Amino acid sequence: MTARHELAVIGAGPAGLAAAATAAELGLKVALFDDQPAPGGQIYRGVERTPLADPAVLGDDYRRGADLAEAFRASGAAYHPSCGVWLLTPERELGLLDNGQARFVTAGRVIIAGGAMERPVPFPGWTLPGVMTAGAGQILLKSAGMVPGKGVVLAGTGPLLLLLAAQYLRAGVQIAALLDMTPPSNALRALPHLPAALSAFGTLAKGLALKREIHRAGVRVVKGVTSLRALGEARLEAVAYEAGGREQRLDSELLLVHFGVIPESNTTRSLGIRHLWDSRQLCWRPVADAWGNTGAEGFAVAGDGAGIGGALAAEYAGRLAALEAARALGRIDAAERDRSAAPVRAALAKERRVRPFLDVLFQPAPELISQLADDTVVCRCEEVTAGQIREAVGQGCTGPNQLKSFTRCGMGPCQGRQCGTTVSQLIGHTLGRPVEEIGAYRIRPPLKPIGLTQLAALDGEGEAAA
Amino acid sequence: MFKKLHDDGAERVTVTIDGREARVPAGETVAAAALIHGLQPFRTSAVSGAPRAPYCMMGVCFDCLVEIDGTPNRQACQVRVAEGMAIRRQDGAGETAP
Ligand SMILES: Cc1cc2nc3c(=O)[nH]c(=O)nc-3n(C[C@H](O)[C@H](O)[C@H](O)COP(=O)(O)OP(=O)(O)OC[C@H]3O[C@@H](n4cnc5c(N)ncnc54)[C@H](O)[C@@H]3O)c2cc1C
Ligand code: FES
Repeated sequence: MTARHELAVIGAGPAGLAAAATAAELGLKVALFDDQPAPGGQIYRGVERTPLADPAVLGDDYRRGADLAEAFRASGAAYHPSCGVWLLTPERELGLLDNGQARFVTAGRVIIAGGAMERPVPFPGWTLPGVMTAGAGQILLKSAGMVPGKGVVLAGTGPLLLLLAAQYLRAGVQIAALLDMTPPSNALRALPHLPAALSAFGTLAKGLALKREIHRAGVRVVKGVTSLRALGEARLEAVAYEAGGREQRLDSELLLVHFGVIPESNTTRSLGIRHLWDSRQLCWRPVADAWGNTGAEGFAVAGDGAGIGGALAAEYAGRLAALEAARALGRIDAAERDRSAAPVRAALAKERRVRPFLDVLFQPAPELISQLADDTVVCRCEEVTAGQIREAVGQGCTGPNQLKSFTRCGMGPCQGRQCGTTVSQLIGHTLGRPVEEIGAYRIRPPLKPIGLTQLAALDGEGEAAA
Repeated sequence: MFKKLHDDGAERVTVTIDGREARVPAGETVAAAALIHGLQPFRTSAVSGAPRAPYCMMGVCFDCLVEIDGTPNRQACQVRVAEGMAIRRQDGAGETAP
Protein backbone atom coordinates (compact mmCIF):
# COMPACT_ATOMS: atom_id res chain seq x y z
CA MET A 1 0.00 0.00 0.00
CA THR A 2 1.06 3.57 -0.60
CA ALA A 3 1.78 5.26 2.74
CA ARG A 4 -0.53 8.15 3.60
CA HIS A 5 0.44 11.12 5.75
CA GLU A 6 -1.78 13.85 7.09
CA LEU A 7 0.83 16.48 6.29
CA ALA A 8 3.87 16.19 4.05
CA VAL A 9 6.56 18.85 4.38
CA ILE A 10 9.18 19.21 1.64
CA GLY A 11 12.49 20.68 2.79
CA ALA A 12 14.41 20.71 6.09
CA GLY A 13 15.54 24.33 6.08
CA PRO A 14 14.24 26.80 8.66
CA ALA A 15 10.80 26.94 6.97
CA GLY A 16 10.31 23.18 6.76
CA LEU A 17 11.76 22.41 10.20
CA ALA A 18 9.53 25.02 11.86
CA ALA A 19 6.47 23.89 9.89
CA ALA A 20 6.95 20.21 10.69
CA ALA A 21 7.68 20.77 14.38
CA THR A 22 4.72 23.15 14.83
CA ALA A 23 2.31 20.81 13.05
CA ALA A 24 3.51 17.73 14.95
CA GLU A 25 3.13 19.56 18.25
CA LEU A 26 -0.49 20.25 17.26
CA GLY A 27 -1.02 16.52 16.86
CA LEU A 28 -0.76 16.15 13.09
CA LYS A 29 0.90 13.07 11.61
CA VAL A 30 3.72 14.77 9.77
CA ALA A 31 6.37 13.42 7.42
CA LEU A 32 9.22 15.66 6.31
CA PHE A 33 11.14 14.83 3.13
CA ASP A 34 14.46 16.45 2.36
CA ASP A 35 17.07 15.56 -0.20
CA GLN A 36 19.96 16.39 2.13
CA PRO A 37 21.33 13.77 4.56
CA ALA A 38 20.86 16.03 7.61
CA PRO A 39 18.53 18.86 8.68
CA GLY A 40 19.38 22.54 8.19
CA GLY A 41 18.62 23.55 4.61
CA GLN A 42 20.98 26.08 3.05
CA ILE A 43 21.68 28.43 5.92
CA TYR A 44 22.00 25.80 8.65
CA ARG A 45 23.53 23.10 6.45
CA GLY A 46 25.37 20.49 8.52
CA VAL A 47 24.30 22.23 11.73
CA GLU A 48 24.04 19.04 13.78
CA ARG A 49 27.49 17.79 12.86
CA THR A 50 29.69 20.39 11.27
CA PRO A 51 33.12 19.15 10.17
CA LEU A 52 34.59 22.47 11.32
CA ALA A 53 36.82 22.38 14.41
CA ASP A 54 35.65 25.90 15.15
CA PRO A 55 31.98 26.41 14.21
CA ALA A 56 32.32 30.09 15.22
CA VAL A 57 33.71 30.55 11.70
CA LEU A 58 30.13 30.38 10.46
CA GLY A 59 28.82 33.11 12.78
CA ASP A 60 26.20 33.44 15.50
CA ASP A 61 23.14 32.97 13.30
CA TYR A 62 24.23 29.42 12.57
CA ARG A 63 23.48 28.44 16.16
CA ARG A 64 19.81 29.26 15.90
CA GLY A 65 19.63 26.39 13.44
CA ALA A 66 20.78 23.92 16.09
CA ASP A 67 17.79 24.87 18.25
CA LEU A 68 15.43 24.50 15.31
CA ALA A 69 16.80 21.08 14.43
CA GLU A 70 16.56 19.97 18.05
CA ALA A 71 12.92 21.10 18.37
CA PHE A 72 12.13 19.30 15.13
CA ARG A 73 13.80 16.08 16.31
CA ALA A 74 11.80 16.21 19.56
CA SER A 75 8.48 17.00 17.88
CA GLY A 76 7.56 13.51 16.72
CA ALA A 77 7.46 14.45 13.04
CA ALA A 78 8.75 11.58 10.89
CA TYR A 79 12.01 12.57 9.20
CA HIS A 80 13.09 11.22 5.81
CA PRO A 81 16.57 12.49 4.94
CA SER A 82 18.27 11.82 1.60
CA CYS A 83 14.78 11.68 0.17
CA GLY A 84 14.11 13.89 -2.84
CA VAL A 85 10.64 14.68 -4.14
CA TRP A 86 10.64 14.27 -7.93
CA LEU A 87 6.90 14.28 -8.59
CA LEU A 88 3.92 16.17 -7.19
CA THR A 89 0.41 15.58 -8.49
CA PRO A 90 -2.68 17.74 -7.90
CA GLU A 91 -4.08 14.75 -5.96
CA ARG A 92 -1.20 15.24 -3.51
CA GLU A 93 0.66 12.15 -4.51
CA LEU A 94 4.41 12.52 -3.97
CA GLY A 95 6.99 10.63 -5.97
CA LEU A 96 10.06 10.11 -3.79
CA LEU A 97 13.58 9.00 -4.39
CA ASP A 98 14.26 7.69 -0.90
CA ASN A 99 17.95 6.84 -0.52
CA GLY A 100 18.02 5.85 -4.16
CA GLN A 101 14.75 3.88 -4.11
CA ALA A 102 11.67 5.21 -5.86
CA ARG A 103 8.41 5.11 -3.93
CA PHE A 104 5.15 7.04 -3.64
CA VAL A 105 3.23 8.50 -0.72
CA THR A 106 0.06 10.57 -0.50
CA ALA A 107 -0.75 13.41 1.86
CA GLY A 108 -3.79 15.28 3.10
CA ARG A 109 -1.86 18.52 2.79
CA VAL A 110 1.56 19.49 1.55
CA ILE A 111 3.81 22.35 2.62
CA ILE A 112 6.49 23.06 0.03
CA ALA A 113 9.53 24.59 1.75
CA GLY A 114 12.15 23.91 -0.93
CA GLY A 115 14.00 27.18 -0.49
CA ALA A 116 15.99 29.29 -2.88
CA MET A 117 18.89 28.99 -5.29
CA GLU A 118 21.47 31.55 -6.31
CA ARG A 119 20.51 33.78 -9.19
CA PRO A 120 22.29 32.49 -12.29
CA VAL A 121 23.83 35.44 -14.16
CA PRO A 122 25.64 34.58 -17.39
CA PHE A 123 28.96 36.23 -18.22
CA PRO A 124 31.77 35.27 -20.59
CA GLY A 125 33.55 32.20 -19.28
CA TRP A 126 31.04 31.34 -16.53
CA THR A 127 31.00 27.70 -17.60
CA LEU A 128 34.76 27.21 -17.07
CA PRO A 129 35.92 24.82 -14.35
CA GLY A 130 37.14 27.03 -11.51
CA VAL A 131 34.14 29.34 -11.74
CA MET A 132 31.62 28.49 -9.04
CA THR A 133 29.01 30.28 -6.99
CA ALA A 134 29.66 31.76 -3.55
CA GLY A 135 26.97 29.39 -2.27
CA ALA A 136 28.95 26.46 -3.65
CA GLY A 137 32.02 27.70 -1.77
CA GLN A 138 29.95 28.00 1.38
CA ILE A 139 28.47 24.51 0.99
CA LEU A 140 32.00 23.07 0.69
CA LEU A 141 32.96 24.97 3.84
CA LYS A 142 29.90 23.93 5.87
CA SER A 143 29.64 20.31 4.81
CA ALA A 144 33.21 19.29 3.96
CA GLY A 145 35.42 21.77 5.81
CA MET A 146 36.93 22.80 2.47
CA VAL A 147 38.32 26.24 1.61
CA PRO A 148 40.06 27.77 -1.43
CA GLY A 149 43.73 26.91 -1.66
CA LYS A 150 45.03 30.31 -2.64
CA GLY A 151 44.03 33.59 -4.19
CA VAL A 152 40.29 33.17 -4.50
CA VAL A 153 38.45 36.02 -6.22
CA LEU A 154 34.92 36.83 -5.04
CA ALA A 155 32.65 38.80 -7.37
CA GLY A 156 29.08 40.02 -7.57
CA THR A 157 26.66 41.53 -5.12
CA GLY A 158 24.56 40.59 -2.10
CA PRO A 159 24.81 39.86 1.62
CA LEU A 160 25.83 36.25 1.04
CA LEU A 161 28.97 37.39 -0.77
CA LEU A 162 29.99 39.50 2.23
CA LEU A 163 29.08 36.70 4.63
CA LEU A 164 31.23 34.20 2.74
CA ALA A 165 34.15 36.64 2.67
CA ALA A 166 33.90 37.03 6.46
CA GLN A 167 33.59 33.27 7.00
CA TYR A 168 36.67 32.68 4.84
CA LEU A 169 38.65 35.34 6.73
CA ARG A 170 37.75 33.76 10.07
CA ALA A 171 38.97 30.43 8.67
CA GLY A 172 42.28 32.06 7.67
CA VAL A 173 41.66 32.02 3.92
CA GLN A 174 43.51 34.59 1.85
CA ILE A 175 41.14 36.49 -0.49
CA ALA A 176 42.85 37.96 -3.58
CA ALA A 177 40.05 40.46 -4.23
CA LEU A 178 36.40 41.14 -3.68
CA LEU A 179 34.94 42.59 -6.87
CA ASP A 180 31.86 44.53 -5.87
CA MET A 181 29.42 44.65 -8.79
CA THR A 182 26.68 46.45 -6.88
CA PRO A 183 25.62 49.41 -9.04
CA PRO A 184 26.74 52.59 -7.22
CA SER A 185 23.31 54.15 -7.84
CA ASN A 186 21.56 51.47 -5.77
CA ALA A 187 22.32 53.20 -2.47
CA LEU A 188 20.41 56.30 -3.45
CA ARG A 189 17.49 54.29 -4.81
CA ALA A 190 17.37 52.23 -1.61
CA LEU A 191 17.37 55.27 0.65
CA PRO A 192 13.58 55.80 0.71
CA HIS A 193 13.25 52.25 2.10
CA LEU A 194 15.71 52.86 4.90
CA PRO A 195 13.31 54.22 7.56
CA ALA A 196 11.15 51.08 7.38
CA ALA A 197 14.27 48.93 7.45
CA LEU A 198 15.50 50.53 10.67
CA SER A 199 12.95 48.51 12.61
CA ALA A 200 15.09 45.47 11.78
CA PHE A 201 18.13 47.22 13.13
CA GLY A 202 19.84 43.95 14.02
CA THR A 203 19.95 42.77 10.42
CA LEU A 204 21.43 46.07 9.22
CA ALA A 205 23.96 46.14 12.04
CA LYS A 206 25.11 42.63 11.12
CA GLY A 207 25.61 43.70 7.52
CA LEU A 208 27.71 46.68 8.57
CA ALA A 209 29.73 44.50 10.93
CA LEU A 210 30.53 42.14 8.03
CA LYS A 211 31.74 45.06 5.92
CA ARG A 212 33.95 46.29 8.77
CA GLU A 213 35.35 42.81 9.31
CA ILE A 214 36.32 42.57 5.63
CA HIS A 215 37.76 46.07 5.62
CA ARG A 216 39.82 45.51 8.77
CA ALA A 217 41.30 42.32 7.34
CA GLY A 218 42.72 44.45 4.54
CA VAL A 219 40.97 42.59 1.73
CA ARG A 220 41.28 44.38 -1.59
CA VAL A 221 37.71 45.50 -2.30
CA VAL A 222 37.12 46.92 -5.78
CA LYS A 223 33.93 48.94 -6.16
CA GLY A 224 31.87 49.62 -9.28
CA VAL A 225 33.05 46.53 -11.13
CA THR A 226 31.49 45.78 -14.55
CA SER A 227 32.25 43.53 -17.54
CA LEU A 228 33.28 40.50 -15.51
CA ARG A 229 34.96 37.81 -17.60
CA ALA A 230 36.46 34.44 -16.72
CA LEU A 231 39.46 33.61 -18.90
CA GLY A 232 41.08 30.25 -19.59
CA GLU A 233 41.02 27.22 -21.87
CA ALA A 234 40.68 24.01 -19.89
CA ARG A 235 40.04 25.86 -16.64
CA LEU A 236 40.00 29.31 -15.09
CA GLU A 237 43.31 31.11 -15.40
CA ALA A 238 42.41 34.73 -14.87
CA VAL A 239 39.55 37.08 -14.05
CA ALA A 240 39.12 40.23 -16.15
CA TYR A 241 36.89 43.19 -15.35
CA GLU A 242 36.44 46.91 -15.68
CA ALA A 243 36.59 49.37 -12.80
CA GLY A 244 37.01 53.12 -12.78
CA GLY A 245 37.05 53.09 -16.59
CA ARG A 246 40.06 50.80 -16.70
CA GLU A 247 40.47 47.23 -17.83
CA GLN A 248 41.91 45.01 -15.09
CA ARG A 249 43.11 41.44 -14.84
CA LEU A 250 43.82 39.10 -11.94
CA ASP A 251 45.39 35.67 -12.25
CA SER A 252 43.34 33.14 -10.30
CA GLU A 253 42.26 29.54 -10.37
CA LEU A 254 39.03 30.06 -8.43
CA LEU A 255 36.31 32.66 -8.96
CA LEU A 256 33.22 32.55 -6.74
CA VAL A 257 30.30 34.64 -7.99
CA HIS A 258 27.06 35.67 -6.37
CA PHE A 259 24.12 37.83 -7.51
CA GLY A 260 21.58 37.23 -4.77
CA VAL A 261 19.12 34.39 -4.34
CA ILE A 262 15.80 33.63 -6.05
CA PRO A 263 13.07 31.08 -5.29
CA GLU A 264 13.69 27.65 -6.80
CA SER A 265 10.38 27.62 -8.65
CA ASN A 266 10.50 24.40 -10.66
CA THR A 267 8.71 22.51 -7.86
CA THR A 268 5.83 24.96 -7.53
CA ARG A 269 5.69 25.49 -11.28
CA SER A 270 5.32 21.77 -11.96
CA LEU A 271 1.93 21.95 -10.20
CA GLY A 272 0.74 24.70 -12.50
CA ILE A 273 0.65 27.19 -9.62
CA ARG A 274 0.53 30.76 -10.90
CA HIS A 275 3.77 32.71 -10.53
CA LEU A 276 4.22 36.44 -10.67
CA TRP A 277 7.27 38.45 -11.58
CA ASP A 278 8.63 40.31 -8.58
CA SER A 279 10.06 43.46 -10.13
CA ARG A 280 12.01 44.40 -6.99
CA GLN A 281 13.59 41.01 -6.34
CA LEU A 282 13.81 40.40 -10.10
CA CYS A 283 12.51 36.84 -9.97
CA TRP A 284 9.39 34.71 -10.24
CA ARG A 285 7.55 33.66 -7.14
CA PRO A 286 4.44 31.55 -6.57
CA VAL A 287 1.22 33.41 -5.81
CA ALA A 288 0.08 32.57 -2.26
CA ASP A 289 -2.13 34.02 0.46
CA ALA A 290 -1.00 35.11 3.95
CA TRP A 291 -0.96 31.45 5.13
CA GLY A 292 1.04 30.27 2.15
CA ASN A 293 -1.98 28.64 0.45
CA THR A 294 -1.53 28.41 -3.31
CA GLY A 295 -3.98 27.90 -6.13
CA ALA A 296 -3.24 24.15 -6.03
CA GLU A 297 -5.71 22.61 -3.58
CA GLY A 298 -4.02 21.54 -0.34
CA PHE A 299 -0.57 22.87 -1.32
CA ALA A 300 1.04 25.69 0.67
CA VAL A 301 4.44 27.30 0.23
CA ALA A 302 6.72 28.66 2.96
CA GLY A 303 10.18 30.14 3.16
CA ASP A 304 12.47 31.48 0.49
CA GLY A 305 10.83 29.28 -2.13
CA ALA A 306 7.79 31.55 -1.79
CA GLY A 307 9.75 34.80 -2.15
CA ILE A 308 13.07 35.82 -0.62
CA GLY A 309 12.73 36.87 3.02
CA GLY A 310 15.71 35.25 4.75
CA ALA A 311 16.04 32.56 7.39
CA LEU A 312 13.95 34.14 10.17
CA ALA A 313 11.09 35.01 7.84
CA ALA A 314 11.25 31.44 6.52
CA GLU A 315 10.90 30.06 10.04
CA TYR A 316 7.86 32.26 10.79
CA ALA A 317 6.19 31.47 7.46
CA GLY A 318 6.70 27.76 8.19
CA ARG A 319 4.85 28.13 11.50
CA LEU A 320 1.97 29.99 9.86
CA ALA A 321 1.59 27.34 7.15
CA ALA A 322 1.55 24.64 9.86
CA LEU A 323 -1.18 26.42 11.84
CA GLU A 324 -3.28 26.68 8.68
CA ALA A 325 -2.69 22.98 7.95
CA ALA A 326 -3.89 22.12 11.46
CA ARG A 327 -7.02 24.19 10.86
CA ALA A 328 -7.69 22.68 7.44
CA LEU A 329 -7.28 19.17 8.85
CA GLY A 330 -9.66 19.90 11.72
CA ARG A 331 -7.19 19.93 14.65
CA ILE A 332 -7.81 23.52 15.63
CA ASP A 333 -10.48 26.04 14.67
CA ALA A 334 -9.89 29.30 12.86
CA ALA A 335 -10.02 31.29 16.10
CA GLU A 336 -7.27 29.24 17.70
CA ARG A 337 -5.21 29.37 14.53
CA ASP A 338 -5.47 33.16 14.47
CA ARG A 339 -4.64 33.47 18.16
CA SER A 340 -1.51 31.35 17.80
CA ALA A 341 -0.59 33.10 14.57
CA ALA A 342 -0.77 36.66 15.88
CA PRO A 343 2.70 36.89 17.49
CA VAL A 344 4.28 34.97 14.60
CA ARG A 345 2.67 37.28 12.08
CA ALA A 346 3.93 40.32 13.96
CA ALA A 347 7.48 38.94 14.01
CA LEU A 348 7.23 38.12 10.29
CA ALA A 349 6.00 41.59 9.43
CA LYS A 350 8.89 43.13 11.35
CA GLU A 351 11.39 40.87 9.59
CA ARG A 352 9.94 41.74 6.19
CA ARG A 353 10.25 45.49 6.68
CA VAL A 354 13.97 45.29 5.98
CA ARG A 355 13.52 43.54 2.63
CA PRO A 356 12.67 46.44 0.28
CA PHE A 357 15.83 48.23 1.42
CA LEU A 358 18.04 45.15 0.99
CA ASP A 359 16.39 44.16 -2.29
CA VAL A 360 17.10 47.52 -3.89
CA LEU A 361 20.51 47.99 -2.27
CA PHE A 362 21.78 44.70 -3.72
CA GLN A 363 19.78 44.64 -6.95
CA PRO A 364 22.01 43.32 -9.73
CA ALA A 365 22.59 45.78 -12.58
CA PRO A 366 19.92 45.45 -15.31
CA GLU A 367 22.71 45.64 -17.89
CA LEU A 368 23.97 42.24 -16.76
CA ILE A 369 21.04 40.83 -18.72
CA SER A 370 20.10 43.55 -21.22
CA GLN A 371 23.69 44.07 -22.40
CA LEU A 372 24.67 40.39 -22.46
CA ALA A 373 27.25 39.90 -25.23
CA ASP A 374 25.85 37.90 -28.14
CA ASP A 375 28.44 35.14 -27.78
CA THR A 376 27.84 34.55 -24.06
CA VAL A 377 26.31 31.19 -23.22
CA VAL A 378 22.95 31.59 -21.44
CA CYS A 379 21.78 27.96 -21.37
CA ARG A 380 24.68 26.02 -19.87
CA CYS A 381 23.22 22.63 -20.79
CA GLU A 382 22.41 23.15 -24.49
CA GLU A 383 25.02 25.92 -24.89
CA VAL A 384 22.59 28.43 -26.36
CA THR A 385 23.99 31.98 -26.51
CA ALA A 386 22.34 35.34 -25.90
CA GLY A 387 22.78 36.05 -29.62
CA GLN A 388 20.88 32.91 -30.60
CA ILE A 389 18.05 33.88 -28.26
CA ARG A 390 17.87 37.40 -29.71
CA GLU A 391 17.92 35.91 -33.20
CA ALA A 392 15.03 33.57 -32.35
CA VAL A 393 13.07 36.54 -31.02
CA GLY A 394 13.83 38.36 -34.29
CA GLN A 395 12.36 35.41 -36.15
CA GLY A 396 9.10 35.66 -34.24
CA CYS A 397 9.69 33.71 -31.03
CA THR A 398 7.66 35.44 -28.29
CA GLY A 399 8.17 33.29 -25.21
CA PRO A 400 10.38 30.83 -23.32
CA ASN A 401 8.39 27.73 -24.29
CA GLN A 402 8.54 28.61 -27.97
CA LEU A 403 12.24 29.29 -27.58
CA LYS A 404 12.73 25.62 -26.75
CA SER A 405 11.65 24.56 -30.22
CA PHE A 406 13.65 27.37 -31.83
CA THR A 407 16.92 26.65 -30.01
CA ARG A 408 16.62 23.76 -27.46
CA CYS A 409 17.30 26.42 -24.80
CA GLY A 410 16.12 25.12 -21.41
CA MET A 411 15.79 21.51 -22.58
CA GLY A 412 18.90 20.07 -20.93
CA PRO A 413 19.29 18.23 -17.63
CA CYS A 414 18.90 21.31 -15.39
CA GLN A 415 15.41 21.83 -16.83
CA GLY A 416 15.84 25.55 -17.25
CA ARG A 417 16.85 26.25 -13.66
CA GLN A 418 20.01 28.02 -14.80
CA CYS A 419 18.66 29.88 -17.84
CA GLY A 420 14.94 30.35 -17.08
CA THR A 421 15.05 33.72 -15.33
CA THR A 422 17.58 35.15 -17.78
CA VAL A 423 15.58 33.94 -20.77
CA SER A 424 12.34 35.57 -19.58
CA GLN A 425 14.18 38.84 -18.93
CA LEU A 426 16.14 38.75 -22.18
CA ILE A 427 13.09 38.08 -24.33
CA GLY A 428 11.23 40.84 -22.48
CA HIS A 429 14.06 43.28 -23.01
CA THR A 430 14.46 42.39 -26.69
CA LEU A 431 10.74 42.81 -27.35
CA GLY A 432 10.43 45.84 -25.07
CA ARG A 433 7.72 44.13 -23.05
CA PRO A 434 7.34 43.45 -19.30
CA VAL A 435 8.73 40.12 -18.08
CA GLU A 436 5.34 39.28 -16.55
CA GLU A 437 3.84 39.13 -20.07
CA ILE A 438 6.67 36.98 -21.41
CA GLY A 439 6.04 34.17 -18.93
CA ALA A 440 8.34 31.30 -18.01
CA TYR A 441 9.13 27.71 -18.92
CA ARG A 442 6.44 25.13 -18.26
CA ILE A 443 7.93 22.49 -15.97
CA ARG A 444 7.15 18.81 -16.23
CA PRO A 445 8.19 16.06 -13.84
CA PRO A 446 10.47 14.41 -12.98
CA LEU A 447 11.82 17.35 -10.96
CA LYS A 448 14.98 15.40 -10.29
CA PRO A 449 16.65 12.88 -12.54
CA ILE A 450 15.30 9.43 -11.87
CA GLY A 451 16.74 6.36 -13.54
CA LEU A 452 14.76 3.69 -15.33
CA THR A 453 16.14 1.09 -12.94
CA GLN A 454 14.79 3.08 -10.01
CA LEU A 455 11.36 3.29 -11.62
CA ALA A 456 11.45 -0.39 -12.49
CA ALA A 457 11.93 -1.15 -8.80
CA LEU A 458 8.37 0.01 -8.14
CA ASP A 459 5.84 -2.76 -7.79
CA GLY A 460 2.20 -2.56 -8.90
CA GLU A 461 1.01 -1.00 -5.65
CA GLY A 462 3.33 1.95 -6.06
CA GLU A 463 5.50 0.91 -3.14
CA ALA A 464 9.20 0.30 -3.63
CA ALA A 465 10.12 -3.37 -3.81
CA ALA A 466 11.93 -4.39 -0.65
CA MET B 1 41.70 24.73 -6.05
CA PHE B 2 40.44 23.66 -2.61
CA LYS B 3 42.07 22.30 0.52
CA LYS B 4 40.81 20.87 3.80
CA LEU B 5 40.90 23.26 6.74
CA HIS B 6 42.01 20.42 8.98
CA ASP B 7 41.72 16.67 9.28
CA ASP B 8 38.23 16.19 10.70
CA GLY B 9 39.11 12.73 11.94
CA ALA B 10 36.04 11.35 10.17
CA GLU B 11 35.80 7.70 9.26
CA ARG B 12 37.19 7.06 5.75
CA VAL B 13 36.09 5.01 2.80
CA THR B 14 38.13 4.01 -0.24
CA VAL B 15 36.91 5.07 -3.66
CA THR B 16 38.54 5.27 -7.07
CA ILE B 17 38.58 8.54 -8.99
CA ASP B 18 39.33 7.92 -12.65
CA GLY B 19 41.00 4.69 -11.59
CA ARG B 20 43.15 6.15 -8.82
CA GLU B 21 42.44 5.07 -5.26
CA ALA B 22 41.56 7.74 -2.70
CA ARG B 23 40.65 7.62 0.98
CA VAL B 24 37.86 10.09 1.58
CA PRO B 25 35.65 10.99 4.56
CA ALA B 26 32.48 8.86 4.74
CA GLY B 27 29.38 10.96 4.20
CA GLU B 28 31.10 13.49 1.96
CA THR B 29 29.67 14.23 -1.46
CA VAL B 30 31.33 12.74 -4.52
CA ALA B 31 31.87 16.31 -5.80
CA ALA B 32 33.73 17.42 -2.66
CA ALA B 33 35.91 14.30 -2.74
CA ALA B 34 36.67 14.62 -6.44
CA LEU B 35 37.48 18.35 -6.16
CA ILE B 36 40.00 17.69 -3.39
CA HIS B 37 41.54 14.82 -5.35
CA GLY B 38 41.91 16.92 -8.48
CA LEU B 39 39.35 15.47 -10.90
CA GLN B 40 39.54 18.14 -13.60
CA PRO B 41 37.30 18.55 -15.49
CA PHE B 42 34.39 16.46 -14.16
CA ARG B 43 32.90 16.09 -17.60
CA THR B 44 32.83 17.50 -21.09
CA SER B 45 29.68 19.19 -22.32
CA ALA B 46 27.22 17.34 -24.51
CA VAL B 47 27.12 19.91 -27.31
CA SER B 48 30.64 21.30 -27.80
CA GLY B 49 32.76 19.05 -25.62
CA ALA B 50 33.79 21.97 -23.39
CA PRO B 51 35.28 21.16 -19.98
CA ARG B 52 32.89 21.42 -17.01
CA ALA B 53 33.09 21.06 -13.24
CA PRO B 54 30.77 21.71 -10.29
CA TYR B 55 29.24 25.18 -10.33
CA CYS B 56 26.43 25.33 -7.74
CA MET B 57 27.05 22.37 -5.39
CA MET B 58 23.33 22.38 -4.58
CA GLY B 59 21.89 20.28 -7.36
CA VAL B 60 20.58 22.94 -9.76
CA CYS B 61 23.24 23.29 -12.50
CA PHE B 62 24.01 19.67 -13.50
CA ASP B 63 27.57 20.53 -14.43
CA CYS B 64 28.94 18.00 -11.92
CA LEU B 65 27.62 14.99 -13.83
CA VAL B 66 29.99 12.01 -13.63
CA GLU B 67 29.87 8.28 -14.08
CA ILE B 68 29.44 6.42 -10.79
CA ASP B 69 29.81 2.64 -10.70
CA GLY B 70 29.20 2.52 -14.44
CA THR B 71 26.07 4.70 -14.40
CA PRO B 72 26.51 8.02 -16.25
CA ASN B 73 24.79 11.33 -15.49
CA ARG B 74 24.96 11.07 -11.70
CA GLN B 75 25.01 14.43 -9.90
CA ALA B 76 28.29 14.34 -7.99
CA CYS B 77 27.20 17.11 -5.61
CA GLN B 78 24.12 15.12 -4.55
CA VAL B 79 25.59 11.63 -4.20
CA ARG B 80 27.57 10.54 -1.11
CA VAL B 81 30.74 8.49 -1.39
CA ALA B 82 30.56 4.82 -0.45
CA GLU B 83 33.16 2.12 0.07
CA GLY B 84 34.45 0.80 -3.24
CA MET B 85 32.68 3.42 -5.35
CA ALA B 86 34.17 3.95 -8.81
CA ILE B 87 33.94 7.59 -9.90
CA ARG B 88 34.79 8.49 -13.49
CA ARG B 89 34.92 11.58 -15.66
CA GLN B 90 32.06 11.67 -18.14
CA ASP B 91 32.41 12.46 -21.82
CA GLY B 92 29.57 14.34 -23.48
CA ALA B 93 26.02 13.14 -22.89
CA GLY B 94 27.38 10.04 -21.19
CA GLU B 95 25.58 7.39 -23.20
CA THR B 96 27.05 4.04 -22.24
CA ALA B 97 27.44 1.22 -24.68
CA PRO B 98 24.47 -1.18 -24.41
C1 LIG C 1 23.55 28.17 -1.54
C2 LIG C 1 22.85 29.06 -0.57
C3 LIG C 1 23.48 29.43 0.63
C4 LIG C 1 22.84 30.25 1.55
N1 LIG C 1 23.49 30.59 2.71
C5 LIG C 1 22.89 31.44 3.59
C6 LIG C 1 23.53 31.84 4.79
O1 LIG C 1 24.66 31.42 5.08
N2 LIG C 1 22.89 32.71 5.62
C7 LIG C 1 21.65 33.18 5.32
O2 LIG C 1 21.08 33.96 6.09
N3 LIG C 1 21.01 32.81 4.20
C8 LIG C 1 21.60 31.96 3.33
N4 LIG C 1 20.95 31.61 2.18
C9 LIG C 1 19.59 32.12 1.92
C10 LIG C 1 18.57 31.05 2.32
O3 LIG C 1 17.68 30.94 1.21
C11 LIG C 1 17.78 31.37 3.58
O4 LIG C 1 18.51 32.01 4.57
C12 LIG C 1 17.17 30.12 4.23
O5 LIG C 1 18.05 29.01 4.17
C13 LIG C 1 15.86 29.83 3.61
O6 LIG C 1 15.23 28.80 4.32
P1 LIG C 1 14.18 27.83 3.66
O7 LIG C 1 13.70 26.93 4.74
O8 LIG C 1 13.18 28.61 2.92
O9 LIG C 1 14.98 27.00 2.55
P2 LIG C 1 16.34 26.18 2.60
O10 LIG C 1 17.13 26.49 3.80
O11 LIG C 1 16.95 26.40 1.28
O12 LIG C 1 15.88 24.67 2.72
C14 LIG C 1 15.22 23.99 1.68
C15 LIG C 1 15.51 22.52 1.78
O13 LIG C 1 14.63 21.82 0.90
C16 LIG C 1 15.35 20.86 0.20
N5 LIG C 1 14.63 20.59 -1.05
C17 LIG C 1 14.37 21.46 -2.06
N6 LIG C 1 13.66 20.86 -3.03
C18 LIG C 1 13.46 19.59 -2.62
C19 LIG C 1 12.80 18.46 -3.20
N7 LIG C 1 12.19 18.53 -4.39
N8 LIG C 1 12.81 17.29 -2.51
C20 LIG C 1 13.42 17.20 -1.29
N9 LIG C 1 14.05 18.24 -0.70
C21 LIG C 1 14.06 19.41 -1.36
C22 LIG C 1 16.71 21.47 0.02
O14 LIG C 1 17.71 20.51 -0.23
C23 LIG C 1 16.91 22.14 1.37
O15 LIG C 1 17.47 21.26 2.30
C24 LIG C 1 21.55 30.75 1.25
C25 LIG C 1 20.92 30.37 0.06
C26 LIG C 1 21.55 29.54 -0.84
C27 LIG C 1 20.84 29.17 -2.11
S1 FES D 1 27.33 21.25 -8.92
FE1 FES D 1 25.50 22.04 -9.69
S2 FES D 1 24.27 20.27 -9.79
FE2 FES D 1 26.06 19.54 -8.86
